[in-house]
Amino acid sequence: MTGEGRAARPSRGARSGTSAWGIAGWTLATAIPLAFLVVFFLWPVLSLIATGFADDGRLDLSGIPEVFGASRTWRVIGQTLAQAALASALSVLLGVPAAYVLYKLDFPGRGILQGILTVPFVLPTVVVGVAFSSLFGPGGPLASLGLDRSFAIIVLALVFPNVSVVARTVGGFWARLDGTSERAARVLGAGRIRAWCTVTLPALAPALASAAALVFLFCSTAFGIVLILGGREFSNVETEIYRLTVQFLDLRGAAVLSLAQFAIVGAVLVVSARLRRAGERAVELREEAERAKRPGRADIPALLLFAATVVLVHALPIASLVTRSLRGPEGSWTFEHYAALVKPPDGFPLDGPVTSAIWLSIRIAAAAACIAMVLGLLLSLVLSRRPRSPVLRRASGLFDAVVMLPLGVSAVTLGFGLLITMNKPLGIGFDLRTSVVLIPIAQALVALPLVTRTLLPVLRGIDERLRFAAASLGARPLAVLATVDLPMLGRSAGLALGFSFAASLGEFGATSFLVRPGAQTLPVAVSELVGHQAPGSYGAGLAAAVVLGVLTAAIMLAAERLRTDRMTREF
Amino acid sequence: MMPAHTPAVTTRARRAAVSSIALAAACGLALTGCSAEPSDGPGQAGGGDAEKVTLIVHDSFPNDEFAKAASAATGYDVEVVSAGDGGELSNKLVLTRGAPVADAFFGVDTIFAGRVIDNDVAEPYTPARLPAGAREYTVDDASADSRAGGDASLALVPVDFGATCVNIDTGWFAAHDVAEPATYADLADPAYEGLTVLLDPTASSTGASFLVGTVEAFGEDGYADYWKRLTDNGARIEQGWSDAYYGQFSQGGEGGTKPIVVSYASSPAFTVNEEGTASTTKALLDTCTRQVEYAGVLRGAANEAGAKAVVDYLVSPEFQQTIPDAMYMNPVDASAGLPEAWATFAPEPAAEQLHDLPATEIEDGRERWLKTLGDTIGL
Repeated sequence: MTGEGRAARPSRGARSGTSAWGIAGWTLATAIPLAFLVVFFLWPVLSLIATGFADDGRLDLSGIPEVFGASRTWRVIGQTLAQAALASALSVLLGVPAAYVLYKLDFPGRGILQGILTVPFVLPTVVVGVAFSSLFGPGGPLASLGLDRSFAIIVLALVFPNVSVVARTVGGFWARLDGTSERAARVLGAGRIRAWCTVTLPALAPALASAAALVFLFCSTAFGIVLILGGREFSNVETEIYRLTVQFLDLRGAAVLSLAQFAIVGAVLVVSARLRRAGERAVELREEAERAKRPGRADIPALLLFAATVVLVHALPIASLVTRSLRGPEGSWTFEHYAALVKPPDGFPLDGPVTSAIWLSIRIAAAAACIAMVLGLLLSLVLSRRPRSPVLRRASGLFDAVVMLPLGVSAVTLGFGLLITMNKPLGIGFDLRTSVVLIPIAQALVALPLVTRTLLPVLRGIDERLRFAAASLGARPLAVLATVDLPMLGRSAGLALGFSFAASLGEFGATSFLVRPGAQTLPVAVSELVGHQAPGSYGAGLAAAVVLGVLTAAIMLAAERLRTDRMTREF
Repeated sequence: MMPAHTPAVTTRARRAAVSSIALAAACGLALTGCSAEPSDGPGQAGGGDAEKVTLIVHDSFPNDEFAKAASAATGYDVEVVSAGDGGELSNKLVLTRGAPVADAFFGVDTIFAGRVIDNDVAEPYTPARLPAGAREYTVDDASADSRAGGDASLALVPVDFGATCVNIDTGWFAAHDVAEPATYADLADPAYEGLTVLLDPTASSTGASFLVGTVEAFGEDGYADYWKRLTDNGARIEQGWSDAYYGQFSQGGEGGTKPIVVSYASSPAFTVNEEGTASTTKALLDTCTRQVEYAGVLRGAANEAGAKAVVDYLVSPEFQQTIPDAMYMNPVDASAGLPEAWATFAPEPAAEQLHDLPATEIEDGRERWLKTLGDTIGL
């Protein structure tokens, strides 16, 4: 604790954080992320949508009835909701056992498995699509299942990355959930399942709601997976906006669909906020994970379910991807695709050896992760406070929703929006549209909701009385932050950092729709290799995808080690 | 990967030596040059105070190599930025009309040429040393000509061309004792049921090019019915060229099973056997549509003189001769020469075999055709 300064008195100001400095601090903490979101997200997106509703400078809303009158629109919206709902439900169902096994049980290799399970989440969707179609498509080992080009394969491919999201979001929270109540319930005679359902499940509710909302947003705006695996038949709103914007330049139709997307996202956010609030009581969170126990016989069902998930949903497609990256033209085993990455043959769509793309990606992702972490920390602190004024509370809720929007808005809309707004914006002297700076900014927009959603449940779970107690014992607002909030954040901050770094590293959608000034990040290189005509380019693309996966796994493993024991011991 | 690394290997090997040096240099540059410096790009290579000029291109362009070579040749500090595939590039040019992202562009193709001309994105300009024969590939567009005052200037300068054609796996047909298909109509024949892979014309400009060919062949009234018959005959529609060729085609080298695919006239040059004596695939030259890629100077360019110099460089002999290896297209400069395998195994269709439509007709009809297909076969 800070021992300096005059002996603090429990003044009114200190207690409620309403001193002049306090107000200035909170205002700044609110203003910085808000300004970032307004300038780099809301303005570009709304500008592009406005372009769609403008006809010779006049407002033209005739597109709305026209687009919503078309049966195709409703088919597309229906597909979007059905895919996302089913994939979210499945992800939660499979993610909870995974969270339990990975965060509540103790077995050798657990840490590594936790890291590895993040890889599916950060693999570029292009790669996921390729992996699944190599498995289920014609000529693939599972072609006989007839799942190719089906609703089921899309849902499965959507579940692939999102089980990890649920496992991590829920697992990180679960690990620090105080198990005393559950044990008490057991002692009082409740069975295992009953105790879990009545005590643990409700306590997990905020994390579950967060995770489910996040997954639903990911799924309802999935782009590459739906496009590659579903073709037009299974178009969702996102691929339809892409089609209208990129192929038809039908900004009017795209703008109307963007409104539909806003509506879907808005509805998800309202529902998830409701769910969260319903479950939002201060749960007993420990600042360090409870000691995980050795798996026992009662854990067998969870272990089996987890193993089945990992093998069927994750290992098979990845194995298929790795195998293909190691196969030569005649089916022989070879490292030639990897060699081609180091020394690209003539005609490859690479700006240099893939090592330079890796280095570039790491630097850009590091910048993006920094932006996302700073803004995310500020945001989480602001949003975790419950202001007494109803107006402020309402504003806080709205702000909470705005933060999530980058996940729910089409990457195409954002990319094209940035293109029409970032020409010397806000009196800045240079054209930001062709600047490398725009890439980490776009990536940070995508990583920001992840950071916030990782940190916020932890901060919201802190018993407000702890803060009051600290304040009444004389801690000034900053000291309260340093001694109550930050230690609790410790573990989750490492996780959030890993998430934001990995997500930025693998970010493809928003990056690919920017105008890229000779900045070929690894995912962009993968997609260009996979889509290029040069002989050997496709195999090299698969190899680059494997490299990207390995890199991401390494980062997540490192993030796991970022446990801030030092910080918490002090507490 | 693709079944054979071909006669082209010899030419490739020679080039590889040169380009690997270039690439090594490029890598060093990328390491030092990237990051928060917004306004100076690869051009630091050129050194000094060369005036900057920016070229915006589609995704399959050799950005770094071009930037270095063009900087050396033009004396400008040439920067290359990527803007997605041909369609995305064209739309970005239209959206930024008046405040262009770059000075010059390359990669607008036949499918989107009309849109770029209609929106008056380009400043008419004809390179002084336009290669002999390049005029053959100019956009057939009366309004552009009149705006430019006769045929003195071109809004779009042709740089390279290719042809979208149906390709077949000749070995498959021999082994299964089925006659090879030859025409569009054959693909809808029950004899070829379930053998064809097409490209989604809404997602791929190669696919759109094939669609243009079918509209030319079957007419406004017949193309939708033809596509319906194709899909009824079990044709599979993929999103992109590589999904179709590598993923599905039996000679794509990735375990595909379908012996008929929409690809390019030049594709058979990349499936030549080890001995270099024969190709395992062939293009059906009666199913081809020409695709030309254009460059131009952007209206409102900050550096118009530089933009013109870059366009000049794009049609110069020095760049034209690199086109086949770098972009798998034919240079418009007939004297630039082609790799041996191209001439032997991948002849271009003759002019009278092509199923082409004028740019204005494509611009006029494209959206209607795509929406009609959406309604008839659910694209």
